Amino acid sequence: MEDRILLAHGSGGKLSHSLIEEVFVKSFDDALLARMDDQAVFLSPGAMLAFTTDSYVISPIFFPGGDIGKLAVCGTVNDLAVGGALPVYMSASFIIEEGAPLDDIRRIAGSMAKTARECGVRIVTGDTKVVERGKGDTVFINTSGIGVVRDGVELSPSFIRPGDAIIISGTVGDHGMAILTKRGGLEIPVESDCAPLHILAADILSTGAGVKAMRDPTRGGLATVLNEFADTADCSMHIVETLIPVRDEVRGACEILGFDPLYLANEGKLVLVAERQGTDEILAAMRKNPLGRNAAIIGYAAEGPKKKVILTTAMGNRRIVEKLSGEQLPRIC
Amino acid sequence: MKYMDEFRRPAPAAAMVEAIKTLSAGRRGRLAGREIGIMEICGTHTHSISRYGIRAAMPQNIRLISGPGCPVCVTSQPDIDRLIHFVRREKKAIVATFGDMLRVPGSFSSLERERAEGAEIRVVYSPLDCLDIAAANPSKEVMFYSVGFETTAPTVAATIVEARRKGVKNLSVLSLHKLTPPAMRALVDAGDINIDGFIAPGHVTAVIGARAYGFLSEEYGLPCVVAGFEPLDALAGLWMLVKQLSEARRDIEIQYKRVVTWEGNRKAQAVLNDVFTEADAMWRGIGVIPGSGLKIREGFAAFDAEKRFDIGYDGCVVEEAHGCACGKVLKGLITPPECPLFQKACRPDAPQGPCMVSSEGTCAAYYRYERV
Repeated sequence: MEDRILLAHGSGGKLSHSLIEEVFVKSFDDALLARMDDQAVFLSPGAMLAFTTDSYVISPIFFPGGDIGKLAVCGTVNDLAVGGALPVYMSASFIIEEGAPLDDIRRIAGSMAKTARECGVRIVTGDTKVVERGKGDTVFINTSGIGVVRDGVELSPSFIRPGDAIIISGTVGDHGMAILTKRGGLEIPVESDCAPLHILAADILSTGAGVKAMRDPTRGGLATVLNEFADTADCSMHIVETLIPVRDEVRGACEILGFDPLYLANEGKLVLVAERQGTDEILAAMRKNPLGRNAAIIGYAAEGPKKKVILTTAMGNRRIVEKLSGEQLPRIC
Repeated sequence: MKYMDEFRRPAPAAAMVEAIKTLSAGRRGRLAGREIGIMEICGTHTHSISRYGIRAAMPQNIRLISGPGCPVCVTSQPDIDRLIHFVRREKKAIVATFGDMLRVPGSFSSLERERAEGAEIRVVYSPLDCLDIAAANPSKEVMFYSVGFETTAPTVAATIVEARRKGVKNLSVLSLHKLTPPAMRALVDAGDINIDGFIAPGHVTAVIGARAYGFLSEEYGLPCVVAGFEPLDALAGLWMLVKQLSEARRDIEIQYKRVVTWEGNRKAQAVLNDVFTEADAMWRGIGVIPGSGLKIREGFAAFDAEKRFDIGYDGCVVEEAHGCACGKVLKGLITPPECPLFQKACRPDAPQGPCMVSSEGTCAAYYRYERV
C-alpha cells in the first residue's frame, strides 16, 4: 500500500477497497461491518431509541489528551449519554485530503476502535471519500450513533424550575485550552479532557434523584449550555465563580490569552440540573466515577432575570454571562 | 494562583473601598460634597473596573471616566478605509494585524468582510510573526497594519530592525501607533470634562517611565497614579489618588511598583527611538493630536508602507457611522449606556463602532460586565 492517501483511494476501485479493508474494517473489527453491505441490518436494540450525528473538523488532528478519532467516538457517545441513552451502534464516515499520511489515518482508526470498544459501541457502517489536496484538512470525520434510552428517563431543560441545582462534573476549559496552546505553540501543560461520559451519565440517572436536564458543554463551553437552559426553561441560571472548578494552568493561560474558561470547549464534562433535595446523592454517585471526581454544585436556577445567566464573581459583584458571540476560537471539535 | 489570587481577594478589596469612601465623604474633609472625576486612560483598566464591579463600588461622588485607551478603538475611520482600499487594489498582498482589528467597521466595509471576499488577511499575536509570513511568501508583499500604544511599538520596532538585519525585501509596516501622554494633554486642554486626576496605564508606563507624566502636576496641577490591572491594584491606585486629592497634593505616584519605574524600560525606549520618530496622529472621535503618533524614520523607509505604497486618504470618510457615539465615549463625554445604539443596534455580535468590537473597548466592557 502507498504511504499517503491518493485521489484513487476514493475512486471506489482497488485502492478504495484496500483502504477500507486494511485500515477501517480491520481496526473496527465488527461482524456487521465486515459484511461490507451498503447498510447494517440489525434488530431494534430497544423500545426507545436516541439517534445523533456530528462532524469533526478539529485542527490539529492529534492533540494532548486525544485525537480526532477518539473525539469522533466520544462526541457521539456523549451526545447519546446526556439524553439518558447507552450507545449501541455507530457509523463512521471519513473525508480525507489527498496526500494525508496513511499512518495518520491508521492511527486515527485505531484510536476510534479502542474508544468504541471501551464504550461498548459497535461501528457497523461507514464511508470514505477523498478530496483534492487543499480542499480538506487531512481528515474530517462524521459519526452517527444509535443508543437505547434508559427506561423512564425523560430529560429536557424545559423541566428546570427555580431552586434546582446546577452541577458540573469537573474542571472546565481543558479541551479548548489544550487545542489553543497546541495550535499557538505555547508550552502550557494542559491535556484535553476528551472522554466518554455514558457510564457517568448512567451513574447519575441510576440515583433516580430528580435530574431535569443534562448536556455536555462542548463548543461554546459552560456559558453557552447554561444560556440554552435559561432560554428553554424561561428562568435564570445563577452561578458562582469560586465554585466552578478550573485548573490553575487553564486559568493562567486564559489570563495571558484573554479568554474566559466559561466559553472554552470541553469534551469530557457533563453539566446537569437537578432538584435540590437529590443533589447529595447525585454528587456522591458522580464522585465515585473518576470522570466525576471533581463534581460540584456551581449554582442554582432562579426566577429571574428571565433567560439570563448571572455570575457572582470572586470579588462578589455580579454580571451577565452572555452567549458566545462571533468567532472566538479556531476549529476545536 | 500566584500573582493572581492575592490581588483578587475580596476582603482587602472591601477594606480598600471603605477607605476610599471615608476619604471622599468625611464630613469635614476637603472632598465632602464635591464631585470627583477620575479618568483611567487604559482600556485594560476600564475592563478591570467593569469586570470586578469597581465602578459600582465607588462612593456616589466619585465618577470613573474611561479614556481613549484602547488601541483598536482610537484607530480612525479613514485609517480603516484606506486599508480596505489597499487590500482591494493590491490583490496579491498579505495584510497582517491584531485580531480585534478585523471586525472594526470602516465607512463601507471591514477587514472581516474583505477577507470573506478573498483578501488575504492574517491575524498575528506578535508582529515578529510577520517575519515568518514574509519568508514563507517571497513573491508577495506582506504589510503589517500596526496599531497600539507604547507597549506594542517596541516589538514592532524590533521586528523592523530584524527585517533589515535579515535583508527581508517584502515586509512593510503601516504605523498607526499612538502615544499616551499627548492624548492626556489634549483631553485636559479641551476642557470638555471635569478631570481631577488620572489613573495612568501600568504597562505603557513600564516602557516610558512614570516621569513622562510630570507635566500633569507641573503644568496642570493634576495628580496621577500609575496603577496595575488586578482589582486590588486598581483599587489601591484609586485610593492613592483620592488620598492625594483629600490632602490637596498633586503628585505623580506609582502604585504598580513591581513593574513600573520612573525611568521605564531603557532598552525598549532605545529601539523605539531608533526606528520611530514622533508625528501627528489622527484619533477616532478626537481628531488630530500633535505629536501623538509614531512614524518610521528615514533610515528605515524601505519598511514604511506609507512610502512603499500609494495608501493615502483619498475616498476616506471621517464622519462616524450614523448614530454611533464611539467618538464621545472615547473622550469620556458620555458613558456607553448613554449612546442610543448601545445594547440595541450595537452589540458584540453586531458592533456598530470599535468600542464594542475590541475586548478592551469601553462599550464592550460595559456590555459584558455592567448590565445586571
